[in-house]
Amino acid sequence: MTRYFTQDHEWIEVDGETATVGITDYAQGQLGDIVFAEVPAVGAVLKKGGDAAVVESVKAASDVYAPVSGTVIENNEALEADPALVNTDPEGEGWFFKLELADAGELDGLMDAAAYQAFVEGL
Amino acid sequence: MRYLPLTQSDRQAMLGVIGAKTIDDLFVDVPAEAQLDGPIQGLLNHASEMAVERFFSNLSRQNMAASHHPFFLGAGAYKHHVPASVDHLIQRGEFLTAYTPYQPEIAQGTLQMLFEFQTQVARLFGCDVANASMYDGSTACWEAIGMAGRITKKSKAVLSAGLHPHYVSVAETMAKYTGDTLDIAKPELGSATDSARLLEAIDGETSCVVVQYPDILGRIEDLSAIAAKAHECGALLIAVVTEPVALGAIRSPGEMGADIVVGEGQSIGVGLQFGGPYVGLFACKEKFVRQMPGRLCGETVDADGKRGFVLTLSTREQHIRREKATSNICTNSGLCALAFSIHLTLLGEKGLRDLAILNHAKAVQAVDRLTQIKGVSLINDGFFNEFTLQLPREARSVVRALADRKILGGVSLGRLYPGVSELENGLLVAVTEIVTDEDIEAFASALEEILA
Repeated sequence: MTRYFTQDHEWIEVDGETATVGITDYAQGQLGDIVFAEVPAVGAVLKKGGDAAVVESVKAASDVYAPVSGTVIENNEALEADPALVNTDPEGEGWFFKLELADAGELDGLMDAAAYQAFVEGL
Repeated sequence: MRYLPLTQSDRQAMLGVIGAKTIDDLFVDVPAEAQLDGPIQGLLNHASEMAVERFFSNLSRQNMAASHHPFFLGAGAYKHHVPASVDHLIQRGEFLTAYTPYQPEIAQGTLQMLFEFQTQVARLFGCDVANASMYDGSTACWEAIGMAGRITKKSKAVLSAGLHPHYVSVAETMAKYTGDTLDIAKPELGSATDSARLLEAIDGETSCVVVQYPDILGRIEDLSAIAAKAHECGALLIAVVTEPVALGAIRSPGEMGADIVVGEGQSIGVGLQFGGPYVGLFACKEKFVRQMPGRLCGETVDADGKRGFVLTLSTREQHIRREKATSNICTNSGLCALAFSIHLTLLGEKGLRDLAILNHAKAVQAVDRLTQIKGVSLINDGFFNEFTLQLPREARSVVRALADRKILGGVSLGRLYPGVSELENGLLVAVTEIVTDEDIEAFASALEEILA
């Protein structure tokens, strides 16, 4: 399994044809206490860079974008009852949705962990 | 901040930055016939304050003020008695000039008032949650349609024929820009509402069905069947209440399954005010609260654990969420909401029920007297404080003749639906607690004379 990162602070963990998407620890720290997460419906067709989910904190409602194109096969129902999971475990239990990749080639150009680390430090 | 007037070169520079040649270019959206092309006819260049006062007080004497004559006009705005204490309290500086409560630490008074207002609206409508108010009933109605579209992700709204034509007009204006399609119809001059048409029209493509309660002709009907059909098809039921005093007597829309209930709060505490400002009421089921437009006041605790109030879910509003906001409204009708809340608090539940009974009793008395007149019949099976009479001839001229006899005798359907000949003999009559026995007799005598 390989993990990639976007400049919009999403992470995507790829496992063959499917991947899990969430937001990074840096993102949740910037947003503050998460009060609500709106995840895409199963079956939704997402385009790379398009709107995928919404994460709402007390000060902002931010869009989460799809790092790559695909079809949503599962969303994290735990977030409905406990949106704070995004704060406590953003890169684990606080995942947003899983999708079936439309084009694995779209992963080229995404950052790896080291590159994302450097990117964040430069902000 | 110093204020210095702009020079011509300042204006040219600003126009250059935005890419406009002249200031007139900024007014392209105003139709030519609405633009002023010269001085206003008859307006003097200058006049003394005394002369202006004299001129306008003479002009105002040409008006027939509602409080000076027997008054039976309704159609979405109702004359009720507003106790003097309401105005006395809302004129207090703490309320009158307090700014928007964005800083909760210095606005607990305003926020507590808004929380109480929201609680009253939610209870009155039979809903889980209400917002801190909209501009008026018509825009609240449109906002509900927009909200239903966001929730269901569909864009076909079915509007009942009993919805106030001005509310329909507002929805048509806004739908031009959102691409929602509106299924609309005119009412029939009979006792039946168009619920059969609605049940037929609701399908899998429908985002919402909008029903006024009581409707534009004063008819009242159980919304449960429409609610059930809407839910079956994945649509929402939006109920519109233009006369909230009615809810002191008839079942709330929320109890009948309405998902969103909107209305006009003018009847309680606000007065006629020549058309505004009014106060839009907006309430919905808890599960839809994040899609609700407008301001929302919430209850919370401060750092010391003491109860306090704060504007909440603000991230959905325009100034934060921008083009993805639930609406572009980021204000409310605060002073009118306060007046509504004070009046309703003074009435209490028992007082509201008594007021409703009084309204209905007077309306029944008026119907009994007016239908004694040859040729005048009642359209409605049921009504609250407003009903529709069928006259033996076109109602618009009858209203004019009544006005000549100093009676403000109802709203002709020809006024609400110009050109619809099937409705032109219809007269919409409102009777509230301000109507006296003498008023009813004066109205009936004058009408008898006119129709003879």
